[in-house]
Amino acid sequence: MSARETVLQLRDIHKSFGDTPVLRGIDLTVTSHQVVALIGASGSGKSTLLRTINLLEPIDDGQILLRGEDISDPRVKADAVRARIGVVFQAFNLFPHLTVLDNVTLASRHVFRRARAEAEARGMELLEQIGLADKATEYPDRLSGGQQQRTAIARALATDPELLLLDEVTSALDPELVGEVLDAVRQLGESGTTIVMATHEMAFARDVADHVVFLDRGVIEEEGPPAKLFWTPSSPRTREFLARFLA
Amino acid sequence: MTREPRDTARPPSELELGRRAFRRRQTARSVAIAVVSTIAFAVVAWFTILSTPGWERVQESFFSIDAAVKAWPRVIDGLWLNIRVLFFAVIGVAIVSLLLATVRTLRGPVFFPLRALAAGYTDLFRGMPLIIVLYLVGFGIPGLRLEGLGRMPAEFWGTIALILTYSAYVSEVLRAGIESVHPSQRLAARSLGLGYAKTLRLVVLPQAARKVTPALMNDFVAMQKDVGLISVLGAVDAVRAAQIETAAAFNFTPYVLAGLLFVLLALPMIRLTDWYTARMRVREQMGSIV
Ligand SMILES: Nc1ncnc2c1ncn2[C@@H]1O[C@H](COP(=O)(O)OP(=O)(O)OP(=O)(O)O)[C@@H](O)[C@H]1O
Ligand SMILES: [Mg+2]
Repeated sequence: MSARETVLQLRDIHKSFGDTPVLRGIDLTVTSHQVVALIGASGSGKSTLLRTINLLEPIDDGQILLRGEDISDPRVKADAVRARIGVVFQAFNLFPHLTVLDNVTLASRHVFRRARAEAEARGMELLEQIGLADKATEYPDRLSGGQQQRTAIARALATDPELLLLDEVTSALDPELVGEVLDAVRQLGESGTTIVMATHEMAFARDVADHVVFLDRGVIEEEGPPAKLFWTPSSPRTREFLARFLA
Repeated sequence: MTREPRDTARPPSELELGRRAFRRRQTARSVAIAVVSTIAFAVVAWFTILSTPGWERVQESFFSIDAAVKAWPRVIDGLWLNIRVLFFAVIGVAIVSLLLATVRTLRGPVFFPLRALAAGYTDLFRGMPLIIVLYLVGFGIPGLRLEGLGRMPAEFWGTIALILTYSAYVSEVLRAGIESVHPSQRLAARSLGLGYAKTLRLVVLPQAARKVTPALMNDFVAMQKDVGLISVLGAVDAVRAAQIETAAAFNFTPYVLAGLLFVLLALPMIRLTDWYTARMRVREQMGSIV
């Protein structure tokens, strides 16, 4: 594996909705090929944090650096930044009027202006990888939830993003479909994709993540390698949270 | 619609065969009843009308074959004018309404004046009767004696009036369609790096268009007959031609002829609208039989 460089750096991120502070000073560094898991109770700010990184939510204070470039600077072109970051939402949000393959190639063709043949070759490669090559010409409403979510992952990867953000990609799925999606994510992590993911799947975070971040009421209460955080958490709040989840 | 499974690998059971036979008998019975009742109704209606005391006179002045044949060339010429006006009006409406709808969905304070203007426009032209718009545009604008526009024929102003009125309706339909696309679709598109315009063009509009197609088709049918109103400006369209023929022959058959021609013109679109709406319903209710 190549030398680790810093992909993403968050410096003292603050964000409120109205009078409610949601992020209260987040500092976080993500290096290349790292898989970072964000865990925390519902409402702790995981989704909000992911959305601010992708510039879908403006921050109130702090700095977001993507490969050293300050993307929270208002002069930065948000569309160009978003094109460098892949996102997968909890609710898939596939485009219902496009086939699976067209969903996957939309950004390569219309943002990166790659030729159709080239974009489709790469798209098919990704679909092959996640086991959906035979569904390339289907429309999303003909797929199972797990297949839709895997399509969404392929769509996010189609432009070879520098960073992949996953927001609870399995929480809208039936239990028997969770496995196939988690396997796809695991495979990505092993192949060296840099990932920040919010998840409620503690066992999965423990197995796949290199670094686990426990978010509590808008601050990072504790972070560290999974073995340390899950087995010997130093903060009582972390212990309390884990006890509830692992019970 | 048949719901019989096409599982060729396995022959259907006795029970299923019995059910299919029963369904076939049911269908045959329904068809027979429908045919008999239609014929009975037609016969009764026919004799009732024929036995009314005024029928002879009505037939002579509204359904005279001779008068229809005589009026035919002029009325059909007029209809051709209607079709041409319709053609240009549809193109005009498509462009103007798409612009209006897009402007009305723009966000941000910068666009407030544009948005307000577009909103005012749709309020005004949705409320105003088409015939008044026709008079104001057809007699008002030429009265300004604008350079170059003074000598435009009546059908030109008629087309403009149709575009002004129908754009207001159609833009509202389009706007409703655009707003019916869930915000998460925009979010997903933007997060892929697509800009505002591309998101609109590649993600929002295609989905909106699907949802509003039946409504747009209905507006088209309505416009198909409203092109007949350009006759009030003096354009010699099918309606005006029928009026001229009627005055010359003291017989109302040319009006009936023109009316029937308008129906024929609209029929394909009406059928198509019904078909498309039914197809959408089937797609949406796939998997349910109730
Ligand atoms: N657009 C918004 N407007 C107002 N408040 C918001 C908005 N989005 C999120 N919030 C609030 O911010 C807080 C954090 O929300 P967020 O979605 O980031 O939590 P989360 O950690 O992702 O929770 P979950 O595990 O349930 O997904 C919540 O209290 C929520 O109500
Ligand atoms: Mg969330």
